[in-house]
Amino acid sequence: MAPTALRVVEAHARVYRRTWRGSVISSFAVPLLTLVAMGTGLGRLVNDSGGVAGGTFIEFLAPGLLAATAMTTAAGEASYPVVAGIRWSKSFHAALATPVSVADLIYGLFGWLGIRLVFNLVIYAAIMAAVGAATWGAAMMAVAPAVLTGLAFAAPITAWVSTLESDTSLSSLFRFGIMPLFLFSGTFFPIEQLPDYLEPVAFLSPLFHGVELTRAAAGVAGSPFLLWWIHAGVLLALFIGGTIAAVRNLGEAMRK
Amino acid sequence: MTDSLVEARDLTKHFGAMVAVDGVSFEIEKGEAFGFLGPNGAGKTSTMRMIASVSPVTSGHLRVFGLDPETYGPAIRARLGVVPQENNLDTELTVEENLLIYGRYFDLPRSEIRRRITELLAFAQLSDRGKSKVEPLSGGMKRRLTIARGLINRPEVLILDEPTTGLDPQARHLLWDRLYRLKQEGVTLIITTHYMDEAEQLCDRLVIMDKGKIVGEGSPRGLIEKHSTREVVELRFPPGTQERALEKMGDLGKRLEILPDRVLIYSDDADETLSEVHRRGLETETTLVRRSTLEDVFLHLTGRSLVE
Repeated sequence: MAPTALRVVEAHARVYRRTWRGSVISSFAVPLLTLVAMGTGLGRLVNDSGGVAGGTFIEFLAPGLLAATAMTTAAGEASYPVVAGIRWSKSFHAALATPVSVADLIYGLFGWLGIRLVFNLVIYAAIMAAVGAATWGAAMMAVAPAVLTGLAFAAPITAWVSTLESDTSLSSLFRFGIMPLFLFSGTFFPIEQLPDYLEPVAFLSPLFHGVELTRAAAGVAGSPFLLWWIHAGVLLALFIGGTIAAVRNLGEAMRK
Repeated sequence: MTDSLVEARDLTKHFGAMVAVDGVSFEIEKGEAFGFLGPNGAGKTSTMRMIASVSPVTSGHLRVFGLDPETYGPAIRARLGVVPQENNLDTELTVEENLLIYGRYFDLPRSEIRRRITELLAFAQLSDRGKSKVEPLSGGMKRRLTIARGLINRPEVLILDEPTTGLDPQARHLLWDRLYRLKQEGVTLIITTHYMDEAEQLCDRLVIMDKGKIVGEGSPRGLIEKHSTREVVELRFPPGTQERALEKMGDLGKRLEILPDRVLIYSDDADETLSEVHRRGLETETTLVRRSTLEDVFLHLTGRSLVE
C-alpha cells in the first residue's frame, strides 16, 4: 500500500473516533441478540430433535453469523460512506486535490474496513467462545475467513455504488440484496434443507461461500460444503475483481 | 523558460458531446493574482480542475510548474492549494481535525501540522474555534477554514473557485483582505469569479471567459480602457417609453447598450452626455453616472450581462 493510502486509512480512523457510537448497535447488538435469541430459544428446539451437523445449534449458527455480520458491516461501510464521499460531504473531492489518488481512496477504504472487521469480529468471536459456541482457538481461527467474506462484499458494492447517479437505489441493496442473502445462504440452516430447486441458487450467494469457510475454520462438522479452496477462491475473486472495478468506476465518477 | 507557473495552449475539455472548454490559451506568472471572469457555465471551473490536475485534459497543451498533469498529477498537487466552490469540509470533525487529516494527506509529520494549524487558524481568524465542530460555523468561517486547509502544505499556488459566492459583504471583505495578505507573501493566486468587483479588487490580470472561450485578456484597467469608455450614463425610462426615447438617442456618446430595463450610454464625458439627454427633452425616471467596470467590458464583448 502506498503511504498516501495509509493516510486515507488514518483519516477513516480519525472520523471513526467521532462517529463510532452510531455503529455500535448494528455492529454488535444485532448479531449478539440474534445469537442469543436463535441460539438459546430456537436452539433448544433444534437440539431436542438431534442438533445440527452432529453438534448443538449454537455451534452451527455462531460461525455462520460471524460471516453474515462481516457481510452487513462491510455492505454498510462500502455504500453510504462512498456516496457521501462522492456526493454528500464530497470528502473524496477534497482528498483528490492532494497527492492522494483514486486508488489510494479505494485501498484506504478497504484497508480501514479490514481493520474494523478484525476488531469487531474478534470481539464477536470472544463472545462466541464465552457462551460455549466454539472453543477459543476455533473462534479466533474463524475470524480470518469472515474478514475475507466482508471484503468480498465490500469491493463489488463499492464498484457498483460508484456508478450510481443518485442514492435512491441504495436502500434496495439492503432490502433485495443483503437481506435475502442473510436468510438463504446457510447461515441459519444447512442449505440441504432448502427445496432442491433453490439449493443451486445458494451456490451463487457469496455469503454461502463465506459461511462455509468460516464454519470449517471453526471446526463445525460437515463444512466446508465444497473444497475449501473453491470457497476461498470465489471470495478472493470477488474481492480482487471488485477492487479493480471500484478503482475504475470511482475514477470515472470523480472525473465528472 | 519564463517564470510561467501555468502554461496552457489550445486547452480543451469535453464531457461527452458537451464542450466545456474550447481551446483556451493563457499563461500565469509567478506571484500574480490571475482571474477567470465569466458567467456560470463559461468553463471556468473545468479549466481550474484541469490546472489542479484532478480532471484530465481532452486535448491541447497544459503545464503546471513546467510539468504535465497527465504524468505528474500527485507531484503537482503536492505544491498546489485548492479551495473548491463548495466547502467540502468534514462537518462531523472539529476545525483542527479537518486541518490535521488534510495535512496528513500531504504526508506532513503530525508535529509540523500542529504548528501550522496554530498559524493558519490565526490567519483565518478562527483561533478560538479550533476545538469546535465545523457544522455550526458561519458561511464566512467555513470559507476561511477551507482556505486555511488549502494552505496546510504551504502551496506555491492557491486555486480559488468562486471564493466569495454566497457570503455577505462583510465576510467578503474580510476574505479579500486575507487573500491580499497571501499575495503579499508571494503566493500566486488563481481565482475564478462571476463578480466583476471581485475580479477588479483581487486580480492583477484576468481572462474573460464565455461559452468555453477566452474573449478578452488583460489587467482590469487595461480591459476597461480597451473595450469601454471612461464613463457610463445609465438611463431608466418610465415603463413603455424606452422605445420612443431611443429614436432620439442614436448619436449620443460613443456607443449605446440597450438592456430590457435600461439604456447605457458609453461616453468619455458623462456629465455632458447627460446634459444633452435633458436638452433633448427626454423624460427619464432615474439617471446614473458612473465609471466603466468589467461588467461593461463583458457586456461589450459578449452582448450579455455577467449576472443574469
